Amino acid sequence: MFEGWDAVVLARAQFAFTMSFHIVFPAFSIGLASYLAVLEALWLWTGREVFINLFNYWLKIFAVAFGMGVVSGIVMSYQFGTNWSAFSDKTGPVIGPLMAYEVLTAFFLEAGFLGVMLFGLERVGHRLHFLATLMVAVGTLISAFWILSANSWMQTPAGYAINADGQFIAADWFKVIFNPSFPYRLVHMVLAAYLTTALVVGAVGAFHLLRDPHLAGPRVMFSMAMWMATLVAPIQIFAGDQHGLNTLEHQPVKIMAMEGHFHSHPHGAPLILFGWPDQAAGKVKYAIEVPKLGSLVLKHSLDAPMAGLDTVPRENWPPVAITFWSFRIMVGMGLLMLGLGLLSLWARWRGTLYHSRLLLMFAIAMAPSGFIAVLAGWITTETGRQPFTVYGLLRTVDSASPLAAPAVASSLIAFIMVYFAVFGAGVIYMLRMMAAAPHHGEQGPSGDTPARAAGITPAQGRA
Amino acid sequence: MMTAAIDIATVWAFIIAFAVFVYVVMDGFDLGLGILFPLFPKKSDRDVIMNSVAPVWDGNETWLVLGGGGLMAAFPLAYAVLMPALYTPMIAMLIGLIFRGVAFEFRWRTRPSERNRWDIPFFSGSLLAALAQGVALGAILQGVHVEARHYAGGWWDWLTPFSILTGIAVVIGYALLGATWLVMKTDGPLRDKAYHLSWFLLFAMIGAIGAVSIATPFLHIQYTQRWFSWPGIVLTAPVPIAVAVVTALLLRSLARKRDYQPFFLTLTLFALSYAGLGISMWPYIVPQSITIWQAASPENSQIFMLFGVAVLIPLILGYTGWAYYVFRGKVEAGSGYH
Repeated sequence: MFEGWDAVVLARAQFAFTMSFHIVFPAFSIGLASYLAVLEALWLWTGREVFINLFNYWLKIFAVAFGMGVVSGIVMSYQFGTNWSAFSDKTGPVIGPLMAYEVLTAFFLEAGFLGVMLFGLERVGHRLHFLATLMVAVGTLISAFWILSANSWMQTPAGYAINADGQFIAADWFKVIFNPSFPYRLVHMVLAAYLTTALVVGAVGAFHLLRDPHLAGPRVMFSMAMWMATLVAPIQIFAGDQHGLNTLEHQPVKIMAMEGHFHSHPHGAPLILFGWPDQAAGKVKYAIEVPKLGSLVLKHSLDAPMAGLDTVPRENWPPVAITFWSFRIMVGMGLLMLGLGLLSLWARWRGTLYHSRLLLMFAIAMAPSGFIAVLAGWITTETGRQPFTVYGLLRTVDSASPLAAPAVASSLIAFIMVYFAVFGAGVIYMLRMMAAAPHHGEQGPSGDTPARAAGITPAQGRA
Repeated sequence: MMTAAIDIATVWAFIIAFAVFVYVVMDGFDLGLGILFPLFPKKSDRDVIMNSVAPVWDGNETWLVLGGGGLMAAFPLAYAVLMPALYTPMIAMLIGLIFRGVAFEFRWRTRPSERNRWDIPFFSGSLLAALAQGVALGAILQGVHVEARHYAGGWWDWLTPFSILTGIAVVIGYALLGATWLVMKTDGPLRDKAYHLSWFLLFAMIGAIGAVSIATPFLHIQYTQRWFSWPGIVLTAPVPIAVAVVTALLLRSLARKRDYQPFFLTLTLFALSYAGLGISMWPYIVPQSITIWQAASPENSQIFMLFGVAVLIPLILGYTGWAYYVFRGKVEAGSGYH
């Protein structure tokens, strides 16, 4: 079985599948960790019970999301070796240390303080517990720093040399870490994580407000989430635009694919809104386009010339249709988030924030929009840099492990079955927790389970 | 040839070995608890067993990520050769770790009627991960087929009687760590049962160490020379002697019911076995084909990381120790149950 399959295509499918599942959990837990830190700070500062109730409510959900992020992340850290060994041998000296630093500065910090954060409130006191929550939140951000630096180096390699064994080696670590696309990608991804979390929190709040608009907890979380959407969605759109200009400078071929520019336009390129990119024919079918707007957006001039894919050898073309459409899905989600933020601002001004059925229903419908945008965005950037793993330098086909197709096909099938069963169950458990409204005397993760250690009755004195 | 020169690749070999050993120390007992799960059918016992590691399990597994990430960074060639060679055991281990890892959180999120739903995944995931790690160890020791800078064997090369033996040995060892952990962390009938299991598992462990020790020299003539000829024997002879002494101490601590001793003595037994493996492999990182110097990253990569390791590992050990300290002491059933 599978003898006739292409092992590299299977390895790419496996990486895409496991990565897509994995990114969903960190995207949620980066934002949620910061949100928990804010809730605990507000509780310590104001002493209002609603904040500790919300903290405990989201902490239980965080525990499940974080656990799934950890186990799906271990898979990623070994998959470079198992399935992309040629890549690992060649790039290990450069991106290996970045990932090692991620483990040393972020993973240990998160894992070391997570136990105290989840189960330790009554054991260590409020201040130390808050410190633990802060460490976990900071850990998630440090983790994003290193892994996005590594990814960005693969997109826009800098500060490297190549040794006699054909390995990339660092010539300048500062240039490696702060490579040209890194600051843009970091800002764009962290904001995406915050928005993703805010949209989930907002949807859960809206869901409970729809049944009873007077619930204290859901009101607080809905209001906080809508402020995030109002303020951060426009910032994110601006950050995304800046990232796009950076990509135009360093990976122009990716922009050609995102825009569907098969042909060069010496006198101003159109903005193709929709259409079907036909890779073989080298044109966008059924295109709906606005003349010259593409040049205006990307070059800030109506008549600026723009090169198209016809200036690039065909073997260096990324898959245009996927890049083109995933980009439009991401942008569409971003515009919907902006709309939600503006609508909530209007409702807030009118005094109907917690009552407007239209707004509440819209917020519920937007629950998955952050995840969809994150996935679509990553598909855009990862597909758009094909056919390379290290942009312009190392081709994807030359990066894979020397494995037989049946080996990779078997593991791919195993991952698909296990991921859907395990993470499907996890998502159901999270949805169940979200379906119950946060209430007076909400317990943390240790409250509804037997005690974690002797002589301690967690949270009893607090309820 | 053993060389006394301390260079940066040697330092990194010890750092990676240290990370893997800390992983074995920390995740070994919690995988062992999963392996022993079917022997504790009572729900309340299972709750206590899970709770005794719930606050620390993902810190424990982080050392495995450091082992993998560190290997890629410091010895990319070894990582690139070994991972495809160990493809099936590695994938099996990852899948095992997924099942058992999520069980810690999922167990408390099920409805009461479905509470046992994650017990079987917790047990089988732990068993699979432990077995796969042991098999991987055996597969590394017996060596892999390397051509140029690539693994050149098939995807079932790892499967031999020797790798099965090391797989079983690791399962037994982790189970013993789990049993002695329970002796330390629990009370009453649960602890008594753990004592009982520890006896049985200790004898099994001694048998397994013996079997692996006898089989290893037959894999390669180099292993035989390392262990039984001058001057290697000066270094190697104390290892089996120390194993015998620690075993005797372990038997005594079990007989006298010193709750805190068996766990740490078992760890010592692991450390000695690990040192034995190190003596066999040195200076190869892929036995008989790639030495640590051939696999090493350029010096500037290794030095760049060494700064981080020097500062951060002590810090990590510090706050990890603090987390264990916060959750110190015996775990009781039912207290705090609402």
